[in-house]
Amino acid sequence: MALEPEAVLEGLTEIIVDETGLDPAEITLEKSFADDLDIDSLSMMTIVTLAEEKFLVEIPDEAIKQLTTVGDAVKFIAGTEGLFSVS
Amino acid sequence: MVVTGLGATTPLGGDVPSTWAALLAGRSGVHALDNTWVEDYGLTVNFAGSLAVPAEQVLSRQEIRRADPSAQYALIAAREAWADAGLAAAAEGAAPLVAPEALAVVVGSGIGGVHTILNGWDTVRDKGARRLLPLTVPMLMPNSAAAQVAIDLGARAGAHAPVSACASGAEALVWGVRLIRAGLADVAVCGGTEAAIHPLTLGAFGKMQALSTRGDAPETASRPYCATRDGFVMGEGAGVLVLESLEHAAARGARVYAQVAGVGSSSDAYDVAPPDPSGQGQYRAMVAALAEAGFRGGAAGDDVPGPVVHVNAHATATPAGDPIESEAIVEALTRALGSAEAAMAVPVSGTKSMTGHLLGAAGAVESIFTVLALRDRLAPPTTNIVELDPAIRVHVVRDQPEALVFGPETGVGSGAGAGPGAGSGAGVWPGAGAIALNNAFGFGGHNMAIAFRAVS
Repeated sequence: MALEPEAVLEGLTEIIVDETGLDPAEITLEKSFADDLDIDSLSMMTIVTLAEEKFLVEIPDEAIKQLTTVGDAVKFIAGTEGLFSVS
Repeated sequence: MVVTGLGATTPLGGDVPSTWAALLAGRSGVHALDNTWVEDYGLTVNFAGSLAVPAEQVLSRQEIRRADPSAQYALIAAREAWADAGLAAAAEGAAPLVAPEALAVVVGSGIGGVHTILNGWDTVRDKGARRLLPLTVPMLMPNSAAAQVAIDLGARAGAHAPVSACASGAEALVWGVRLIRAGLADVAVCGGTEAAIHPLTLGAFGKMQALSTRGDAPETASRPYCATRDGFVMGEGAGVLVLESLEHAAARGARVYAQVAGVGSSSDAYDVAPPDPSGQGQYRAMVAALAEAGFRGGAAGDDVPGPVVHVNAHATATPAGDPIESEAIVEALTRALGSAEAAMAVPVSGTKSMTGHLLGAAGAVESIFTVLALRDRLAPPTTNIVELDPAIRVHVVRDQPEALVFGPETGVGSGAGAGPGAGSGAGVWPGAGAIALNNAFGFGGHNMAIAFRAVS
């Protein structure tokens, strides 16, 4: 079953805050990972790896390049048929 | 060459002042570990000296996530040393007190990022390679701590990571001194770090019969020089010293803890584990350090460049290791001071009795102790000696700190602005001259000795 976007944003925000130390309020759907949140490619890979584990989804390497904003990532994860729902 | 800053995190304290106070009080940093490793893995030893102040209480959540514990400890110690040296004091936007291109970092580790390696393997085995985090390699590599410290301090003259088992921290100081002498840096932030308390390491050191198995009394298990010693006790932590050319330190009016009077290094070419039983490699390291300090090995009664007042020994409390080093100390000091009687009167401390053995951090942390012993004119005790091993001929400082006798003030210099050049004797430092030696030796036959000279 698909994941609720609100739950994905909340979970993704936790991961980004852990990785970057950013204020959670900074992390909104329109923010660009690279330009607004100053997240480099290795940090992005870390966030993706942790998100895959948290949401039990697979984000292929070629898809990662398309995830410019937080909203892109939420949309991708929520639109993926996860193996399980987020508990 | 002078020492202008000290930093540490150890089983006795989260910084240098608390560690030194605990050491002089004879406290033990060794405790039983709160886990089920004995039941789960059949370990014979389940006690160690873990950090008195966990890194999680000092560093940010992001710093913890992005660095192996060995690099975390090094960061904590380096920041303390940096601030202690007065180098962190530059105002925001002002020019740094040392040019980045003249600032080097030398931080070694005996084992490196072993927690990251083993956690990474657990992830691969249990969840597949896709779950590995991308910082796994930069966290596990043995130069990780040196790189992290260099990034943190903005050091651009070079970042180096000597690896020589339990001599790594001392070797970092040795190479820091040589970098500054060679004109490759004005300031070198040098030390060692170790974060290796894990069932694998405890099991593996245990298999070598290198560890004390005195699990019923962990606090008294580390017994250097004791007739009942049965091996070392693992510890963890980091120590960092700021070394600085005298010219640079004088130009910025830095507070000076001690002069680095000489460094010596040698290799046994004997075995990957036990030291050469003849102690010749250890002897040669000490003689080299003392020679740089001006001791040329003359006959009794010849002028020497100052008294040798203290040795912080490697003294891990292994049955074989302690007497080998003790004999090497007697030989080296006899050569330096002119008589065995004088050599056997020099107060020697085995501080691993309290800290445990910090492996790659030991030489750096114990060099800090050596510098502070000169500053306070006080040798820390060797605790846990129930009965002194009669094979030990050095004068062991037991149970209580011992006042160091510096003898008459030997200085003739005028003080301000006048410092000794490389290899010069004691005369230029007013009231100074007393020498203290720190030894560190590592599996593989790596021998390091560092001679510090008191300043008044």
